[in-house]
Amino acid sequence: MGTQISIFIQQIINGLKIGSVYALVALGYTMVYGIIKLINFAHGDFIMVGSYVLLYTIPIMVAGGLPAWMAVILAILACSAVGITVEKVAYKPVREKGTKMSALITAIAMSLFLENLAQTLFGASPKSLSTIFNFPNLEVGSTKLNGNTLLTIAIGVAMMIALQLFVKKTKMGKAMRAVSEDGEAAILMGINKNRTISITFAIGSALAAVASLMYCASYPQATPTLGSMLGLKAFIAAVLGGIGIIPGAMLGGIIIGLVESLTKAYIGTLTGGVITSAFSDAIVFGILIIVLIVKPAGILGKNVGEKV
Amino acid sequence: MAEVILQAKHLGISFGGLKAVDDFNIEIRAGELMGLIGPNGAGKTTVFNLLTGVYTPTEGAFFLCGEKMNGKKTYQVVQAGIARTFQNIRLFKSMTVIENVMVAYGMSMKYKMPGALFRSRTYWREEAEYREKAMELLKIFGLEDKADFVADNLPYGQQRKLEIARALATGMKLLLLDEPAAGMNPTETADLLRCINVIREQFGIAILLIEHDMSLVMKICERIVVIDYGVTIATGLPEEIASNQRVITAYLGADEEEEGA
Repeated sequence: MGTQISIFIQQIINGLKIGSVYALVALGYTMVYGIIKLINFAHGDFIMVGSYVLLYTIPIMVAGGLPAWMAVILAILACSAVGITVEKVAYKPVREKGTKMSALITAIAMSLFLENLAQTLFGASPKSLSTIFNFPNLEVGSTKLNGNTLLTIAIGVAMMIALQLFVKKTKMGKAMRAVSEDGEAAILMGINKNRTISITFAIGSALAAVASLMYCASYPQATPTLGSMLGLKAFIAAVLGGIGIIPGAMLGGIIIGLVESLTKAYIGTLTGGVITSAFSDAIVFGILIIVLIVKPAGILGKNVGEKV
Repeated sequence: MAEVILQAKHLGISFGGLKAVDDFNIEIRAGELMGLIGPNGAGKTTVFNLLTGVYTPTEGAFFLCGEKMNGKKTYQVVQAGIARTFQNIRLFKSMTVIENVMVAYGMSMKYKMPGALFRSRTYWREEAEYREKAMELLKIFGLEDKADFVADNLPYGQQRKLEIARALATGMKLLLLDEPAAGMNPTETADLLRCINVIREQFGIAILLIEHDMSLVMKICERIVVIDYGVTIATGLPEEIASNQRVITAYLGADEEEEGA
């Protein structure tokens, strides 16, 4: 019985770990959606960009006698630059001239472009990253907890708190919320809307860079398509929590992470082997469908009724 | 005489072949309250959109304290000192009352991105300083005990007042009020008038007011501009406007025999 509980706790911790990665990525989707009402399908690929930056800069950091994780600073800078550039070059012209649909298609195109660019530059085969951090394991009673996993969760939580403070307590954060609520009124408060959109992309991409650090710490391989499945699940997390709502993205990410981890661990035993852990993705998507049927605006979303 | 805040010279805009506003001239001085009236569709809101850079004038120019404003982006016009409220209230509904005001103070705060991320001393000092300013502003409008309410939960009259408070926080020299008394009951209107008078005295700003409530306009405005079909048909003191034949015609319509006169 003791080991059962211990395994369960470990599964919860694993779920929280991958959940906090999903949450950080989901935040990028939700912030961009909030401000320009666009699903940035290229967002998942920003994580991929981050992983390649880590791949090439970690050895430099280590050679320079610095801790490997400091490469994340370069990854943050690179991802922010990519995010701002994608917005300025691809989305802004379409946003100003075209329809929402053409912007959405542009986003899909950007995603494919980044994946293919990475494949051309770095090759299609996975490349292994060096160790990012090595934190000692913790033992609580009979439960052994992976130190790196705990550290990943801690980083995720710290980033979420920092973001929340930024959005609530700084003028840029308030400007972001103002633009996402009523862009025109925000401009009439002296807010430079284009600059605010750039800041939003920069922050969303920076979070993706941190997510790539957290992800690569557990799965140290960079591939051109690293961001597609991860991005898709994070997008589901954002929709699940209520797209455009920042706490919703955090909640959605954690829920998806926990569901995934627990189904992988227990679905086989619970169904007597009929449904195997290979179905865990199907269950994640199934949950999204159910939530969207019951509460289309997401868990924290407000159902906006038509005013009569 | 007080400083000229706003000057518009031969301001005009055409949409395709339609002249929405033509040869609009106005001069407003510090502390002055001017009314802009006219029948529905006369072009009053278009004038506001011109003066805030939402539309770019196709003719003429306008100046804020002598500085040419044509061609500036809206947020730049606002930063230069022209603010407006809306006919239909447009607060940031899910933000709190004080946050709405703080958004408008944002451009006055000097701290930059690194300061915001790493909580510099300037960040703490400015955020505290402007929060205090915001509270003082809310006090003028009697909203200080509602500071942490979500804006959407305020009663209608208070939302109107918050919108004016928010516009004031942009630190403007010219305030454009688009039908501030629309949908208000007489008590709320009286309270609004009191607020408008207080801010005129306290801030020494110029106000241009669009209003349908004639008795209100006649009561508070020092001078009035009347436009109809985009053309200025009269300018003057309230009593002059009230007896102006063209104004009466524009509002009440002309009899057959008077037409073309």
